Amino acid sequence: MTDLTDLGVAAIRDGVRDGTFSAREIATAFNEKVAKAKALNAFLVETPEHALAAADAADKAKASGDLKPLSGVPIGMKDLFCTEGVQTTAASKMLEGFKPTYESTVSGKLFDAGAGMLGKLNMDQFAMGSSNETSAFGNVISPWRRNDGGNAPLAPGGSSGGSSAAIAARLCPGATGTDTGGSIRQPAAFTGISGIKPTYGRCSRWGVIAFASSLDQAGPMARDVRDCAILLEAMSGFDPKDSTSLDIAVPKWEAGLSSNLKGKRVGIPKEYRVDGMPAEIDALWTQGVEWLKDAGAEIVEVSLPHTKYALPAYYIIAPAEASSNLARYDGVRYGLRDLPDGANLQDMYAATRAAGFGPEVKRRIMIGTYVLSAGFYDAYYTQAQKVRTLISRDFDKAWESCDLLLAPTAPSAAFALGEKSADPIAMYLNDVFTVPSSLAGLPAMSVPGGLDGQGLPLGLQIIGKALDEQTVLNAGLAIEERAGFTARPEAWW
Amino acid sequence: MSSYRIQGATGEWEVVIGLEVHAQITSNAKLFSGASTAFGAEPNAQVSLVDAAMPGMLPVPNRECIRQAVRTGMAIDAQINRWSRFDRKNYFYADLPQGYQISQLYHPLVGEGHIEIEPAEGETKTVGIERIHVEQDAGKLMHDQHPTRSYVDLNRSGVALMEIVSRPDMRSPAEAGAYIRKLRSILRYVGSCDGNMEEGSMRADVNVSVRRPGEPFGTRTETKNVNSVRFVMAAIEHEASRQVDVIEGGGKIVQETRLFDPDKGETRSMRSKEDAHDYRYFPDPDLLPLELDDVFLAECRDSLPELPDAKRARYQDGLGLSAYNAAVLTADVETARWFESLLSECSDKVAPKAAANWVISDLFGALNRLGKDIGDSPVTPAQGAELLGLVADGTLSGTLAKQVFEIMLETGNDPAKIVEEKGLKQTSDTGAIEEVIAKVLAANPGQLEQYRGGKEALFGFFVGQTMKAMGGKANPAVVNELLKKALG
Repeated sequence: MTDLTDLGVAAIRDGVRDGTFSAREIATAFNEKVAKAKALNAFLVETPEHALAAADAADKAKASGDLKPLSGVPIGMKDLFCTEGVQTTAASKMLEGFKPTYESTVSGKLFDAGAGMLGKLNMDQFAMGSSNETSAFGNVISPWRRNDGGNAPLAPGGSSGGSSAAIAARLCPGATGTDTGGSIRQPAAFTGISGIKPTYGRCSRWGVIAFASSLDQAGPMARDVRDCAILLEAMSGFDPKDSTSLDIAVPKWEAGLSSNLKGKRVGIPKEYRVDGMPAEIDALWTQGVEWLKDAGAEIVEVSLPHTKYALPAYYIIAPAEASSNLARYDGVRYGLRDLPDGANLQDMYAATRAAGFGPEVKRRIMIGTYVLSAGFYDAYYTQAQKVRTLISRDFDKAWESCDLLLAPTAPSAAFALGEKSADPIAMYLNDVFTVPSSLAGLPAMSVPGGLDGQGLPLGLQIIGKALDEQTVLNAGLAIEERAGFTARPEAWW
Repeated sequence: MSSYRIQGATGEWEVVIGLEVHAQITSNAKLFSGASTAFGAEPNAQVSLVDAAMPGMLPVPNRECIRQAVRTGMAIDAQINRWSRFDRKNYFYADLPQGYQISQLYHPLVGEGHIEIEPAEGETKTVGIERIHVEQDAGKLMHDQHPTRSYVDLNRSGVALMEIVSRPDMRSPAEAGAYIRKLRSILRYVGSCDGNMEEGSMRADVNVSVRRPGEPFGTRTETKNVNSVRFVMAAIEHEASRQVDVIEGGGKIVQETRLFDPDKGETRSMRSKEDAHDYRYFPDPDLLPLELDDVFLAECRDSLPELPDAKRARYQDGLGLSAYNAAVLTADVETARWFESLLSECSDKVAPKAAANWVISDLFGALNRLGKDIGDSPVTPAQGAELLGLVADGTLSGTLAKQVFEIMLETGNDPAKIVEEKGLKQTSDTGAIEEVIAKVLAANPGQLEQYRGGKEALFGFFVGQTMKAMGGKANPAVVNELLKKALG
């Protein structure tokens, strides 16, 4: 008999529907896997009872013929999503013990669609990081290891590193992620799974702990493209509680899946060929071009001339918004409060925020505070917003000659934990290919393309026009079918 | 023009005043959340997750608040910006849950406008309005609940305010007072703010500087959160004198924020420009820009009532009221509404002028005595109209009408019923009146002789005596006529 935890979202949904297995069997199998995988540190909170309750509801629904789109599917929830009655911390000491009295719109939609929750997934603190090393509760360790026998613990990517590691290790068939500058795509690439950041405004931000409001966007992570399409359909939709939510219908992405790309033009952005990029990544990119050609697409070279300014602009805009978004963590109403003897209000703020935020969060708050300060605002924030507009225009111009873009997801395979944590700039460079589409609010996806020489997964990124997730998913499917990526980490945990 | 001057030791000084008025927008819900805005609730009873800035909460603009601010802008003939945006004003304080106030710095909803004020009777002046923007109120700290702790009440947190910023166009405390009163009047007419300064629905930041007449503006100070017209005027008076003293003493005015102490009637320094916050304003990324369409703007304009200046002109030109009466009756929207309701109940025989006089002298006098607002008047407009009708048709004399009105105030009864019950109807019975006149003349032979000797001013004396003898119930016109006849 196959291991039930090897099944993906679609397979579980269909199996429960067809009576191949019960939802309870599925939930039990994943609960056991989660409980045994502590070494990965992917889960901050395990909620086996939640998964079981949803499973029982699914089995009942099966009996009464009331199955919902995700009945029987247990998922992991990034700890950035507020979950009613379940601790939600954004992996920060600041919110340790915080149990929301409310359910985020996205998690609520998933539960309404029948999904159960296996637990809350570890992440970079307040979604700030690319390696999971900024979590206040210890970093996630990637289930992957290099084939050099060295067993160096590797980064699962970030910030959605708990999600990527858990899926790659078959602890859950799918999970939520959030992407501000690449936080779904880069960890997906590092762990050999798929993940899509939809168009900004597709998924409600209500109840998602904010990092950078104009960039934050939730999306699914799963083992293949179809599973991403299924989860994204359940997560998307207009929410009147989020002013930036898009008031448009959610397409039937799963039904629309097709790997035939005839008539589609794929742009290859020449500025994404950066110095020092490993040859294996370049080779995979070339391979990806061939796969898409094979799927019927026409290939064109395009230019996104302002690409090199994207990263600096991002590291002004995102920290600026974060410095303001995180001001609410002040020790007054909830979360951590550090009130030294004889402290006044200012002392309490200082002590609470010093104790509650990790170093990367503090760094970004300080950068953000600086760039918004009187006298610096125009030089930094205003300039960065102009760059953002130019980057959007770059994409608009590219769409005149193509329908989607193909690029690598990250400039390297997973690096070892500790390798970049002392050098913030090196860490920020990880986002170089993912940030431009975030700034433009475009849908973008990472799918696994192959392994590098060290046996580590590499991802290919597809960027689409606003609201055209379907083409992005379809191109992802075309690559998936041709890459035949079946590699998986060997269980050592 | 105002010639208000401060006499300093070295000569005359002119005061320059600008006001930033914070007016709470009348709406059931807060600016960005569904929580109630009712005054006087238990602390923290009206706080939504958004108002408490819980993690992941997002603001959603309340359409009604925007509508009210737009209507207010239209009422002061201001430019309405079809595209505006909210900005965050960042600072830490325990009454500010988000750590920022959502406001509008760069692109306010309402641009340049103006209002006409009347600082003294017959003297008018235009005061420019620079802008109106919409913003959130903060909560309230309570320091008197515990010996060592402070408590926070977030009921006000997130309540919608309009900040109405004037140009530095005022030159005296009287002008500032007239400006606030006029602004409050307009807000009440529009229905966008109840103007209740005691409950904090309206408060002013007062910018004051002094200069030699004709010279450029001096350095200004800003006195925060002054909450009555009287205090605004007192704060200006004190602050202007203080500045003159400082300058004449060889000092310099520092740009600073000050507080007004109503008990001492003086302002004192709160913080200087050097300690001023750097608010790090930037566009709120949780909110899209506000874009107003034609339908919305048309509804805002169509729903505006007749405004005080227009009403006042109509009362003067259309109803023939005196300038003074028109001004008094239109200053407050409640008064104007009561008066118009009265007119609509009055028969054609009642002249609007008579109705206006009655409201201003009789009704206002009574309300003053009773300590009541016109909204809680014990006499309804319909009852007032009935009373005026009885005077107009000769049933009641002015004196009798006053008596009937007193009884109406006490009992709440209708005037016709009172007249009936108390027999207060005035008489035009010539026989009865002639009889009384004969008695009066007989009882006052001295006065009669003087009158006949040419002292015609004594006519009034005989009228008074006759009316008195008839218990005030004689028709004065008939008395006049018969007396003239009797006196030859």
